[in-house]
Amino acid sequence: MWLWFYKLASPPYAYAVAAKLRPWLLWSAIALMIVAAYGGLVIAPPDYQQKDAFRIIYVHVPAATMSLSVYVVLAVAAGIGVIWRIKLAHAVAAACAPIGAWFTVLALATGSIWGKPMWGTWWEWDPRLTSELIQLFLYLGYMALRSSFDDTQRADRASAILAIVGVVNVPVVKYSVVWWNSLHQGPSISKLGAPSITSDMLWPLLTMMLAFMLYFAAVLCDRIRSEILKRERNASWLSGVMSTRAVGT
Amino acid sequence: MAQSLAGGAAAREPGLLQIAGLIAARELRLAVRHWDQVAQPLIFFVVVTTLFPLAISPSLTELRNIAPGVVWVAAMLASLLSLESLFRPDVEDGTIEQWALSGQPLPLMLLSKTVTHWLLAGLPLVIMAPVVGTALGMPMSVWPVLAGSLALGTGCLSLLGGIGAALTVAVRRGSVLLALLVLPLEMPVLIFGARAVDLAMHGEAVAGPLNLLAAVLLLCLALAPFAMSAAMRISIE
Amino acid sequence: MADFFHMGGYAGYVWSCYGLTLVVLLGNLWFARRELDSQVLRATRRAQVSTIPGSTTSENAS
Repeated sequence: MWLWFYKLASPPYAYAVAAKLRPWLLWSAIALMIVAAYGGLVIAPPDYQQKDAFRIIYVHVPAATMSLSVYVVLAVAAGIGVIWRIKLAHAVAAACAPIGAWFTVLALATGSIWGKPMWGTWWEWDPRLTSELIQLFLYLGYMALRSSFDDTQRADRASAILAIVGVVNVPVVKYSVVWWNSLHQGPSISKLGAPSITSDMLWPLLTMMLAFMLYFAAVLCDRIRSEILKRERNASWLSGVMSTRAVGT
Repeated sequence: MAQSLAGGAAAREPGLLQIAGLIAARELRLAVRHWDQVAQPLIFFVVVTTLFPLAISPSLTELRNIAPGVVWVAAMLASLLSLESLFRPDVEDGTIEQWALSGQPLPLMLLSKTVTHWLLAGLPLVIMAPVVGTALGMPMSVWPVLAGSLALGTGCLSLLGGIGAALTVAVRRGSVLLALLVLPLEMPVLIFGARAVDLAMHGEAVAGPLNLLAAVLLLCLALAPFAMSAAMRISIE
Repeated sequence: MADFFHMGGYAGYVWSCYGLTLVVLLGNLWFARRELDSQVLRATRRAQVSTIPGSTTSENAS
């Protein structure tokens, strides 16, 4: 049953799988984004308080969710790499970082733009915004630490420790609106109990979140392949694959 | 002859407290010989807090509002400076390598080193803070909360900083990277600590932030040594 | 239709957010692809060079 997991840990297999998966992931992401955007911009009725400005939720919340999820993926992959010494897991972690950082920037930027008409200010130092900003710094610190080592193995393991230590911030961001009375609104979607948002407004949000996840996986495919190429420079399987490419078969 | 030697060695296997104590004693002895290195971060602390009245306003009523934040930020920066000397000298002369090879638990050894470092770097800040706070217009009634929050906070800063220091000790010119890595992790400590002092200045209950600070300190005490040890082993290989 | 673009007066905020999102998403996609292409090119060249007899020595076996 775990065979697929062990196969995935092999760079040549993962390289081929990523190449095959990407088109499926990307096109379903695009399709879902179009559907979700239509649902969010056209079908969903204007909010009672926020009127049409609330439609920013359809890009802000998925971006923010991804900014945290990607970090968790990164930290888990780094942990797997350190515990089971699977090099490919470290490659996954490295590949996640720039994508996650950009999601965080997007969440902060769209949140700031949304905040101006709603709260009257571009920024507030409340717990959720502040901890999301810390999240960005954690991504940047991770990437900075990685690049400061010449040796890939040491870079992998040192940054893995940093990633695992930093994962503490993720629950802080997630629950900051629950733990502290904050300017930022409370959770719109919760696992228990009815959501505080009507279904007409909800389904585009869920669809867009799924679309962002598929998009992330698609971009990750490309980045993982780049990482594999960089790390496996001397591997014989690679020169085999590349020379058949070169010959044009 | 050989038998009695072997028997003698087995009987003298050091206990954990003994190891911690030996390392602490070593650190204190080294500090006494280089007390100027110990004093520098403290002086930096005072100098930085002096910058704010010069830059913002000499009026104590205005300074009083920002005093908790200023004292806390200055303490954070001073502790960052002192972190430079936490591990680097010992990594460079191979001491840490010997510790790692010794077969004794590295997390404990690094924890003992960090705790002693706090006594030399953090505790002076805690003692100096009321003086500096008063210079910025803080009332004396706030001193206990100021000292208490800083005591808990600088402990966290030393431990979190120790993780960052262990990660960057092998990096050339890693001081800025150290700051970049450690400051985001320390932001919650800053938020709780400065808030506690601020609440005290307005006469409100401080139990909340102080309890949170204590919780963070306990978490760091429990987990940071292991992160430090893992990071250190990577750095010295 | 004009109402749609007007977004109840919040047009600037809403469309700049969606525009920003589009830029970031497309940008990530494009840069990831570009990086991959350049790595593939380098790996292909290395493979080509190594197929030339005598070109791979213990010195340049990379």
